[in-house]
Amino acid sequence: MRRIATIALLSLSPAAAFAGGTMPQMDFANPLTSYQVLWMAVILVALYLLLARWGLPEMGKVLANRASVIAQDLAAARAAKITADQAVAALNATMSQARGAAGAEVAQAVAKAKAEATAQAAALAASLDQKLAESEMRITAARNAAMAAIKPVAAEAAASILQKLTGSAPGADILGQRVDDALAAGKAA
Amino acid sequence: MAGPSIDALGQFSLTTGLGPLGRAVDFTNSNEAMLAAAVIIVGIFAVGLRARALIPGRGQAVVELLYEFVHNMCVDTIGEEGLRFFPLVFTIFSFVLLGNLLGLFPYFFAFTSHIAVTLSLALFVFVFSTGVGFYTHGFRFFKFFVPHGVPSWLLPLLVPIEIISYLSRPVSLSVRLFANMTAGHVMWEVFAGFMLMLVASFGVFGAFASVVPLGLNVALAALELLVAGLQAYVFAILTCLYLHDAVHMH
Repeated sequence: MRRIATIALLSLSPAAAFAGGTMPQMDFANPLTSYQVLWMAVILVALYLLLARWGLPEMGKVLANRASVIAQDLAAARAAKITADQAVAALNATMSQARGAAGAEVAQAVAKAKAEATAQAAALAASLDQKLAESEMRITAARNAAMAAIKPVAAEAAASILQKLTGSAPGADILGQRVDDALAAGKAA
Repeated sequence: MAGPSIDALGQFSLTTGLGPLGRAVDFTNSNEAMLAAAVIIVGIFAVGLRARALIPGRGQAVVELLYEFVHNMCVDTIGEEGLRFFPLVFTIFSFVLLGNLLGLFPYFFAFTSHIAVTLSLALFVFVFSTGVGFYTHGFRFFKFFVPHGVPSWLLPLLVPIEIISYLSRPVSLSVRLFANMTAGHVMWEVFAGFMLMLVASFGVFGAFASVVPLGLNVALAALELLVAGLQAYVFAILTCLYLHDAVHMH
């Protein structure tokens, strides 16, 4: 029962654990309490000297080296960027110049081609006009020939028709005259 | 009382270490842990400095992290002049940090749980920063105790307050670290003792019930890890702050 009471007491207040003994930390009568401080001083001085003379400066060198490498790389990158920018500017200038020249050449070629095409079209039109005129002349000649050939045929046909209808045929002069009149009237109509 | 009892303070008792040689020169078990801390600090520097690579490996990254952490703390708190004290602050920070962390391991002595240790460190910081103050400013350093822009009739009240608060610095600096480390280790011991007492009192049921204090100790381990880092940081940053006051006077 006492044990349960002890557990209950300790669970309420861990400080009760102190009730039993005194704290070794407060036992300044123990010479080891002071000796540990003396030895700590020795250990700390040794640690300080090792760190201050060797560890920290060496680490500092590593970090400074890294910083300088990064700075150099950054400077190199900046220089490279400037060069690249200049190259891009030169490229752009060349490109625009070339584009202008190409444009002029294209315009020249287009104008030349247009002129050639116009000339060709004009020549074609002239030859076509000539052919058309020749053809028209031929047609007119053919028509005139046909017209000339149709007169005696018509007169003959009219004479034979009149012969059959009336039994007599007018003279060839009159028939010729009439055919001429009819053809002229037909032409006029 | 029969059966297991809780001896929460036994873990702090000093004995001699390093066998008969240690006994001859009063080298304590506390100093064994200090030596281990110093050897580990120098060891990680030796490992971290082996490659000196542009792109650090794991070991080098640990040292660089520590270096830059303390370096930035010095520059940010004290200013560029603080770099003079960088090796000192680094030594104190790494020593306290390793002491706190080593103390978390079973069978390792937590030397930062001894008021004699923390008070010595704090007194050294106090005396050193005061010395820096007088070295930098001469007798004008006494002006540090006279607050700026205060009506002169208040000074007889404020100057003693300033002096007392200045003198209480080593006490607060040392007790903070000592109390934090001691409390954590006592809590651990008490909960671990509960487990033994539960088993002794209630047998099988007690063994099952002891899962509760075990869980508490696991949670406490995480908290103590945080406290170990935090208290080392607090000790170092307050050292920087006191040095800042000594160099700049406010």
